[in-house]
Amino acid sequence: MANSFHIVVCSSIVPDPLQTLEPAAGAAGSGLKNEMILPAVLDPWAACALYEAAELAAKHPGSKVWLVSLAPKAKLQQVMMTIAQKVPFELVAIDGPLGGFTDASATAAALAEAIAAIPGLDRGRLLLFGGWESASRGAGVTMQMTGERLGITDQFQGVDQITVGDDGSFEVLERLEGGKQQVSICVGAPAVLGWATGSLPEPPNRPQVGMANMRGIMPALQKAKSTKLDANGLSYVSVSLPKQRRETRLVKDMPEDEIAREIVQWIAE
Amino acid sequence: MEKLLVLTHVDESGAALTRASLESVAAGVEMAGALGATLVIGMVGAQTEAAANSVAGAASRVLTVSGEAFAQARYGSDAAACEALCRAAEATLVFAPASSRFARVMPGVAYRLGGFADTHITALSKGETLEASRWFYRQRVEAVVRRESRPWFLLLEAGTREPWNAAAGDVQAEAVAVTMPELRTTVTGVRAPKQDEQTIRPEAKILFVAGAGWTKKQADGQVHSGDAETLILGFLRSTDASLGSSKSLVDQSGENQTVLKFMTHMNQIGQTGATPRHAKGLSTCCHGEEPHVVGWRFINDRRAINLDANCGWARGKADVLYIADAFKVMAMVNALMAEKK
Repeated sequence: MANSFHIVVCSSIVPDPLQTLEPAAGAAGSGLKNEMILPAVLDPWAACALYEAAELAAKHPGSKVWLVSLAPKAKLQQVMMTIAQKVPFELVAIDGPLGGFTDASATAAALAEAIAAIPGLDRGRLLLFGGWESASRGAGVTMQMTGERLGITDQFQGVDQITVGDDGSFEVLERLEGGKQQVSICVGAPAVLGWATGSLPEPPNRPQVGMANMRGIMPALQKAKSTKLDANGLSYVSVSLPKQRRETRLVKDMPEDEIAREIVQWIAE
Repeated sequence: MEKLLVLTHVDESGAALTRASLESVAAGVEMAGALGATLVIGMVGAQTEAAANSVAGAASRVLTVSGEAFAQARYGSDAAACEALCRAAEATLVFAPASSRFARVMPGVAYRLGGFADTHITALSKGETLEASRWFYRQRVEAVVRRESRPWFLLLEAGTREPWNAAAGDVQAEAVAVTMPELRTTVTGVRAPKQDEQTIRPEAKILFVAGAGWTKKQADGQVHSGDAETLILGFLRSTDASLGSSKSLVDQSGENQTVLKFMTHMNQIGQTGATPRHAKGLSTCCHGEEPHVVGWRFINDRRAINLDANCGWARGKADVLYIADAFKVMAMVNALMAEKK
């Protein structure tokens, strides 16, 4: 099918951003206190990538979206209850450790292995999506290494937009420093796109989509392969919370013109 | 003995190294001394002669990859160039600036060399061996890491140290040959806001953050987004500040709510946005919730204007919180700034 894509979205799950995080050392190394009981969400960048993938697939009939996720499957199941209602996808679950203190190259190896094993995946039509960073490790490393392991050497990071041409080529906007964007044309798939925030809002919940997705999600969770991640020589000398807390000076009942003068003086200092 | 390679690239002028590259050179000089390592500098760009001369005296060798193909920041060509430089230097440690150009390629290069990459490094030190500081969970947890595995690639955050700054000299750089892959991607240009519409200024002294309150109904029951735009742009023009936003405000553009026309997701600060480095920050009409404030980690001097005395800024997140109407205050600030000019 002309211009149809096999879009694989790599994702992790992260603690809800409103949760208080506290580091804790465990038998498996560094982690977060009560990590397994913290409410979790799909990583926000991966979620943006998923919504963009679904939009692209909808525009190009014959396309399909897979969501490949590495997390403890019990947590993954919780998150899927919500995310499954957003857009259509097929889940590929990898049962592995949660958290930001694992090694990105080990994560990439696990993801690449799972992607390579997806039945029916046409690597010539593959667009590998994911977040350019994450809300846990935030390394910006995993997508590139996963792409390299799959032999994909057209890679884009900090992606804001993809526009597909009639000939299957596509234009990509990538973020640069200072609010600029680089414009590139790639002749076609396969490619890696590490998304920034994209431009799509979070889709509303659609129960019918959720029911259709869940038919595949539960079996995918049941057959999720258990994976241990190698530390690859990475160790933590210290893990701590920042201690700085400010003594906030609360200014009430000061006339606006006085506040303005104080601010102007502060700017000039 | 460690062999330390500092990878650098030229700036938009094509003739000089970027500031972030020069910061990496400074880090390389310091840590090579501390670790007793040999230091090599690698450069990528269309032309590298002048750039090579700018690091005279910093390293024992300077290796360059140059040519028209390397004028463009593109994964295929940049990864091939950096791979060739790493192989030529036989590096065990690689420092590189965390620029958009090198952040795109360096993890892939590390994989090709059987190495590992750590990014967003904010500090380096020598303990038992090289140790690197970075933040996890979007600047909420800080850690110091080390690795036994080599080669180890470290991408250094811009703005975390002074750049290398010494008199230029005559450097005999060694050109490194690159086996180019098939290039399927062409960089066709850069989209930049017009000069007077530029709102993101990484070098600015002050960060101005606009929150969703600017587009909410005001005391008269009306939305005044036009006035908000005038006030915010007026402040940016008079102070050369950089503009940031909370997620709630930039998300409104995708949800067909009232928006500030110049605001995009690129302005977003916080959990899913940027963590910029500016000396001062002024927040307006923003509630100062934790997912936003984590983006202020590297802003030392913080003030906020909000109508709610119980907002997040009051809970130890700002140095000063003004309980006031930001529309009125910013109008007066702009008037005072205009008088000063």
